Amino acid sequence: MSTQTETKTIQISKGILKLERRKRIIMGAVFLVAALFIWLMFVSDLDPGVETRFVMTPGGASAEAPDWVFPTSVYLNIIAGISAMLGAYQIIRGFGKRTYSILALVAIMFIFSFLAWATAGGSTNLAGLLRIMVVRAVPLTLGAMSGILCERAGIINIAIEGMMLTAAFVSTVFASLSGSLIVGLLAGVISGGIMGLIHGFLCIKYKINQIISGTVINIFATGITSYLSSKYIQKVDYQYLNEPGMFPQINVPILSKIPFIGPILFSHNMFVFAMFIFVALLTFLLFKTRWGLRLRSVGEHPKAADTLGINVFKTQYMAVILGGMMAGFGGTYFSLGSSGRFDEVMTAGRGFIGLAAMIFGNWHPVGAMGAGFLFGFFDSLSVRASLLQVNLPSEFLGMAPYLATIIILAGVIGRGHAPAAEGEPYEKE
Amino acid sequence: MDKSENTQKKPLSVFWDEFSRSNILVIILAVFTGIVLGGVLVAFTTNEVYDAFRVSFWNGLGTAIRTAWNTYVSLFTGSVGDPQRISRAFESGDPLAIRRAINPFFESLVQSTPYIFGGLAVALGFRAGLFNIGVEGQIFIGAATGVWAGYALTGLPAFIHIPVAMLFGALGGAIWGFVPGLLKAKTGAHEVIVTIMMNYIAFRLVDWLLKFPMKDPTEFTPKTPWILSTAQLPRFFDTPIRFHLGFFIAVLMAVLVYLLLFKTTWGFELRTVGSNPNAARYAGIKITMATVVAMTLSGALAGMAGANEVLGVNYRLLPAFSSGYGFDSIALALLGKTHPLGVILSSLLFGFLRNGARSMQLAVGVPIDIVSILQAVILAFIAAPAIIRTIYRLREPKHKEDLVTLGSWKG
Amino acid sequence: MAPVLELRGITKSFPGVLANDHIDLMVEKGEIHALLGENGAGKTTLMNILYGLYNPDEGEIFVNGQKLEIKSPVDAIKAGIGMVHQHFMLVPVFTVTENVMLGEEYVKYGDVLDRKKAADKIHEISNTYKLEIDPDAYVSDIPVGMQQRVEIIKLLFREADILIMDEPTAVLTPQEVEELFKIIHTMIDQGKSIIFITHKLGEVMEIADQITVIRGGKVVGSTTPHESSLNDLASMMVGRDVNLEVDKTESKPGEVVLEVKDLKVLDPQGHVAIDNMSFNVHSGEVLGIAGVQGNGQTELVRALTGLLPAIDGEIYLLGKEISKNSPRKITELGSAHIPEDRQKDGLVLAFPITDNLVLNTYYLEPFSKSIWLDQKKILQNGKELVENFDIRTPSPTTSAGSLSGGNQQKVIVAREFSRPIKFLVASQPTRGLDVGSIEYIHKRLIQKRDDGCAVLLVSTELDEVMQLSDRIAVVYRGRILDVLDANTATKELIGLLMAGIIPTEEEKQKLGSKQKQIRLT
Repeated sequence: MSTQTETKTIQISKGILKLERRKRIIMGAVFLVAALFIWLMFVSDLDPGVETRFVMTPGGASAEAPDWVFPTSVYLNIIAGISAMLGAYQIIRGFGKRTYSILALVAIMFIFSFLAWATAGGSTNLAGLLRIMVVRAVPLTLGAMSGILCERAGIINIAIEGMMLTAAFVSTVFASLSGSLIVGLLAGVISGGIMGLIHGFLCIKYKINQIISGTVINIFATGITSYLSSKYIQKVDYQYLNEPGMFPQINVPILSKIPFIGPILFSHNMFVFAMFIFVALLTFLLFKTRWGLRLRSVGEHPKAADTLGINVFKTQYMAVILGGMMAGFGGTYFSLGSSGRFDEVMTAGRGFIGLAAMIFGNWHPVGAMGAGFLFGFFDSLSVRASLLQVNLPSEFLGMAPYLATIIILAGVIGRGHAPAAEGEPYEKE
Repeated sequence: MDKSENTQKKPLSVFWDEFSRSNILVIILAVFTGIVLGGVLVAFTTNEVYDAFRVSFWNGLGTAIRTAWNTYVSLFTGSVGDPQRISRAFESGDPLAIRRAINPFFESLVQSTPYIFGGLAVALGFRAGLFNIGVEGQIFIGAATGVWAGYALTGLPAFIHIPVAMLFGALGGAIWGFVPGLLKAKTGAHEVIVTIMMNYIAFRLVDWLLKFPMKDPTEFTPKTPWILSTAQLPRFFDTPIRFHLGFFIAVLMAVLVYLLLFKTTWGFELRTVGSNPNAARYAGIKITMATVVAMTLSGALAGMAGANEVLGVNYRLLPAFSSGYGFDSIALALLGKTHPLGVILSSLLFGFLRNGARSMQLAVGVPIDIVSILQAVILAFIAAPAIIRTIYRLREPKHKEDLVTLGSWKG
Repeated sequence: MAPVLELRGITKSFPGVLANDHIDLMVEKGEIHALLGENGAGKTTLMNILYGLYNPDEGEIFVNGQKLEIKSPVDAIKAGIGMVHQHFMLVPVFTVTENVMLGEEYVKYGDVLDRKKAADKIHEISNTYKLEIDPDAYVSDIPVGMQQRVEIIKLLFREADILIMDEPTAVLTPQEVEELFKIIHTMIDQGKSIIFITHKLGEVMEIADQITVIRGGKVVGSTTPHESSLNDLASMMVGRDVNLEVDKTESKPGEVVLEVKDLKVLDPQGHVAIDNMSFNVHSGEVLGIAGVQGNGQTELVRALTGLLPAIDGEIYLLGKEISKNSPRKITELGSAHIPEDRQKDGLVLAFPITDNLVLNTYYLEPFSKSIWLDQKKILQNGKELVENFDIRTPSPTTSAGSLSGGNQQKVIVAREFSRPIKFLVASQPTRGLDVGSIEYIHKRLIQKRDDGCAVLLVSTELDEVMQLSDRIAVVYRGRILDVLDANTATKELIGLLMAGIIPTEEEKQKLGSKQKQIRLT
């Protein structure tokens, strides 16, 4: 008997090992390819003596830092070498739990190499690039967190876009009417919550397919905001409805004076700080508190939660309403944090990219913010594509985040770690 | 049991019973309710209504109803034509006047055409259990490849050039559908996310194509050259009527999709995979193949929508040429119960709405976006028939009404 | 003293079914009360009412003499009632601690989880009740027997006094069952009361203090193991003199139809599920696969039908190697498959019966010509099969989803049996069916055998395997431990093998010579 148990255990671990090994080798190969790419495409293209100059102070910054000048090919050789070593170690031994962090590291090194190569012989404002990256990440991360809140409770939310758009509109009107940004912000957040409630109503009470319900909300939001916008706030007579003002930039005392880091992280309007706070808060709430445990149990195994006296429907309603409010907060960024007015369809698909950031970030707030930074970086880069030394159409840089999402989704996540009961309406017998 | 009950009832009430349980009634009521709600919205966003309410409640109500009524009348005349104007035109016998009078009707058909293609694309995907949100991007690519074939391939006679250009459009869309299909089948990457991403890639790719390789060098702004006259889909009347062959191609496609889905073994396979992939595997159907084929065909139909627009209406490609056909297609495919005939009917409804809404915007100043609101509300009612059944106190159906079978991200 | 639990006149109907009809039940403190009944008799419904998952149409519940309204599981938990569900209610990605405290969390600073305090309490419980467990393990990583322990700890954590266990032995090996029975006795010693739901008579005789038998939603009798025999219980449960013995003649095995050689299969998680398995099935015989659920049966069937790839070994069907073939190729060779989960694998519920009847032959003549389906022939075929296989339906074009379980199974049987087949895999062919349908399916299976078909019967119901099979192979952890002649095999011997214990020749002789016990246990 006991010998049989042992052999069984060994075989089980052998089976798992086999799968693990395949994954490990693929990941290692990815690192090696990154190294090769740097060597073949970047290093071989450079004159050995050429230098890269990164400006470390964004325009109009609160703190100055000297430029960073370095010999391009030397640095790139070092980076490619590190990447190759990481790849080799990954194939032979594997980083185990830290694999994803290493992947992020290699990705950052690769992007750095690209930038150094593209800048070689000239200069790029790295600090400016990163500062814009942080700003661009805000709506994506907030959108992703809206998705996380809903999906951790088992409700797919592809309506983030529509919720954001609604909130952008409502906040504009309310802020303009009241003359108070706070009132506008609250109104926007509440309108997002109402959209979440409608989503919940359609897919919890009426058990509509959640993707279709999300589509309904997206179409409706686009329609109603554009309708009211062209009926009222785009007209000269009603111009006063479209002058909400904008949240001012805050320079955090002391921190914003830190060279390089200060202007990038600590000199923004409140949306950026709110993003960091919300990411930390949601991570804590989801994984450390009773509230989070119950929410996640509903997304993973609603029936189990139900048998333990947790009200599944109530939890799901709460999650979609909070998710809607989070998206609403993200939506007000467009009107009150970025442009100071409402324009038709001004969210321009950021809600969908937020959704991608959620998947990319493995349904975890910190991961989602990382994905938000990645997308934000390419966004920021594509705007400045013309300033680079290499002739790369901005459209192609603009495509990069979408391509990256597809590749990551297909190659790494695949069937993924989505909450187990997601998308299935819970039926109480 | 049921039979004996029925024999005691009057035939008419039996009919009503049957009818009230059926989906068709729900659809009709959903559309009706949507239009009523739209009217309410229009009335309450009109200043005169508020002014009238200040006078008295009944005055306000009357003005509200009149406003909504006028809006829908102008929607109707804008989409079908003004009967008085038509009869006057026929009396005068002036061919141009006649054509102008009947133009709204044909223009609605022109507007319906891309919807038919797009709706078929979405419906075909749904039948195979796939949610193709990427129709919009596929339309862009199809338009780009179609227009290229239209201006770059020279020396072809029309009867070859037109089908070739349409095929190029279909091919472009097919490639854009094939990628998510393949990824879904091979890696489980969810088609909703991949097609959304493919949309953005398509928009940027077409932007770039218009700025550089496909730009008409004589133009200052990014535009493609005009397509050759041999590639233009023939029109059936003189100006201003733009009604062209594309409409009949779309209807033909609907027939083909119908035959494919319901009359062939391939369609049986697609539907089985869409309804229950496990049973499909058990029955020996290759799911990978079915998924890839369905997404590719879906993309091809969407691509034809794009090609149809550039070959039949615009004759060249401009930036941001599609105004959300792809997203509307999702709504109308569901409205048509993912059946080709239903898609034609709902496309006609959407086409007439959209065309009517344009003249409505000009005539009574109601923004065209009212159409999107109507679409969303109607779609919600169609997807949740229980709402309609509650409002109108209809009988509950015996069995669960499932609109479509779709998986979550897990695939 | 009032009984710890009393149910009076509990009635519950679902559309078309009266699931519970004025049921009375009384449980004394410190008692193991067995609730015995067939599949669909209404046991689980009753317990779901008691646990607050359903609300009864009529009836009253008394706990310790107090009348209670149990509207939700919260009320039940408050009243000290706990339930171990047949399908475990555990979140796989949570740890044992998280699962145990879910809904009844220990918190500090308002709402922050106090995992340590909860883990301490779990340790305490596991010491008191001898329930060994690692509180920090993830549930997805621990075996089924241990998952059940987590379920029990969940109840003890909530200090439940009345524990409902719904078919707790279904997923356990005989040893694990013994282990469970020990735990149950420990709990009784600590003053708990237990309601034990089962349809297995042997278990009832072994463990119960009091027995209540339910049939068709009604209580049909109340007794104790001392006052009644297996036979009494059996006829009480089924409602007539039981003759589940299938009429069958001696088999006439012919040539080898299926030959499996050193087969090795991984389950979808990458664990070895079938480990160097070899056996063969002859035409005209039924080879039964006996074993506790989860010992590789599912993977074996899926490998034989081409749904799961074999990583090693060969499968020969009529002399052709098929381990690398697609399901369709295998079907075309004359193999038929009654799948374990008829709704998941066997039917497209949204399709009409007619289409389901051609689910794997739609592409062949006469149902299609080249790529065109012949709807007329499909309809005609449907009408004939509905008639021949006695499928109760208003029309052959009704959707399969609206049929009862028994009729759904008949659709599958009709489809598989209506084509010329030489090999049949029947996996759990009667799971969840009523007695009438079970008898029908059994008759058909034997008929197929007598027509010269080779039949592989996979069932976790040992009785079914023993009644239908000519030879019985016992699987344990992906291996066949022995193949027995069904005429001489005894339940004891098979039971030992199912537990992974290979008896010596002497023991075998002893067990084999014993009088065969009633097979219904």
